Amino acid sequence: MMSEQQLQQATFEYTLRLGDDALVLGHRISEWVRNGPFLEEDIAYGNVALDYIGRARMFYGYAAELADDGRTEDSFAYTRSEREFSNLLINELPRGDFAYSQVRQLLVDIYANLFLTRLLQSKDATLAAIAAKAIKESRYHLRRSREWVIRLGDGTEESQHRCQLALDDIWGYSHEMFEMDALEQQLADAGIGVDVSSLRDDWLVQIREILAEATLQLPADDWKVSGGRDGYHTEFLGHLLTELQIVHRSYPGCQW
Amino acid sequence: MTPEEQNFMRKIETEEKIEPKDWMPEAYRKNLIRQISQHAHSEVIGTQPEGNWITRAPSLRRKAVLLAKVQDEAGHGLYLYSATETLGISRDEMIAALQDGSAKYASIFNYPAQTWGDVGAIGWLVDGAAIVNQVSLQRTSYGPYARAMIRICKEESFHQRQGYELMLELCRGTPEQKAMAQDSLNRFYWPALMMFGPHDSESAHSARSMQWKIKRESNDDLRQKFIDQTVKQIEFLGLEHPDKAICWNEARGHYDSGEIDWDEFYAVINGNGHCNRQRLQHHIKVHEEGSWVREALAAYNEKQKARKQQAEANKSNQNVA
Ligand SMILES: [Fe+2]
Ligand SMILES: [Fe+2]
Repeated sequence: MMSEQQLQQATFEYTLRLGDDALVLGHRISEWVRNGPFLEEDIAYGNVALDYIGRARMFYGYAAELADDGRTEDSFAYTRSEREFSNLLINELPRGDFAYSQVRQLLVDIYANLFLTRLLQSKDATLAAIAAKAIKESRYHLRRSREWVIRLGDGTEESQHRCQLALDDIWGYSHEMFEMDALEQQLADAGIGVDVSSLRDDWLVQIREILAEATLQLPADDWKVSGGRDGYHTEFLGHLLTELQIVHRSYPGCQW
Repeated sequence: MTPEEQNFMRKIETEEKIEPKDWMPEAYRKNLIRQISQHAHSEVIGTQPEGNWITRAPSLRRKAVLLAKVQDEAGHGLYLYSATETLGISRDEMIAALQDGSAKYASIFNYPAQTWGDVGAIGWLVDGAAIVNQVSLQRTSYGPYARAMIRICKEESFHQRQGYELMLELCRGTPEQKAMAQDSLNRFYWPALMMFGPHDSESAHSARSMQWKIKRESNDDLRQKFIDQTVKQIEFLGLEHPDKAICWNEARGHYDSGEIDWDEFYAVINGNGHCNRQRLQHHIKVHEEGSWVREALAAYNEKQKARKQQAEANKSNQNVA
């Protein structure tokens, strides 16, 4: 059994993980603004990025509350380095081309909907409340990424090829979403966190259905990469953080 | 004047809006297409300097505000393209005209957004100048344009307030932050004044546009409004006014101001700004990179249509059988 204090510390770390996921993916999606294939998509991407940045702020805000040591949402976003970030690797992969971003989004969106549905049941009222807000957004995100993957997969030869390449390149990073470590197990046992290992079957059912409609091949499960939760990242994250943090870190202690 | 022309001029004189299906002189239509599409292109190209800062915004709150702003601007581009389409030109044609240089965008966006302070200065001064112009265009004679302006102005005033608030935060911060704000003000003040265009005496399109009530107030009158409103705002920030000649003129009831460097104005318009080439090249590059997506979308829609037709054909065959 964990003490009240241990539980709070674990919840803090868990919340930070979820904040990191949201910030890092939000950053990647925001890179599409002014770079979309047409104006409507620029706007749609802006919307999704905004949802994720908002989500990061809710998680970080709660983490700050739990830490209660003067740190703020911005301390978490701007003053931690690569090894301290605990996002899942799939979120930090570069934006790639439009197919790559939409395929990544599809894998993450299906997961997010399953995950948030469970997090709604959390005994932690704040996490449950964040999930309630986030799931509405994620339903919309999924509608979009699902439609796009189907259109691109069943579009031209080129778009299908690009989607399949993206899927094959990203697939090995999807397994990490369903891994549990001791911290997450403790929180799942306490009814606070989500047992993500139980989500993969449902996730796969939805993936198969969509890929079939998109005329894309389900990749083999013959490679996987993980380590994000322990700060063991790809080389992409360092560059992302360099850009994200440059102004904030150049003027220490300032208000913006 | 033909009866059609008479009717058109009667509407203009009695402040009745001209609507897409109404008869209008060809020159009026052309003039509007030029102006509204230029406005649309400006909104879209304007997302580049600010979009350039989304990934580096120094706080999450500012990042969210900036993202929302850039998204609004892209939305303005979208409304304005739709408003222009009512005049019988397609968005593809407008984009082609932007990319081949025959259509223009506001020259202010050829200036680089170099520092975080520039994000504040752009919101405060560039959106601020745009609002002065656009408030006057809410009364423009072409209905769809006037209505687009009413909708857009509401969002623009948010942008201006947020930009000003960003500057205020800098001015209340450390000396380095305040210096950043001053530097941004210095670089963006004069280009913002240039946004109103040349003096009325020099303006190529002004007289006719005023007669048709496409334009409602002259470049110099609008610029004066902006100069007047900005003095107090600079004072409140505790920054130095970039125009050393600024001076209240009791008799005119306006501020007198120094002369704009018109050589710079024409130089930047004619390709000598820091970003002219990059802005257009970026637009073209992104458009080309997106072509396979647009083709895929069209191909998918075609397939869906064919499938639907096939399904209907099968159904009616069954009915016959
Ligand atoms: Fe705008
Ligand atoms: Fe604006």
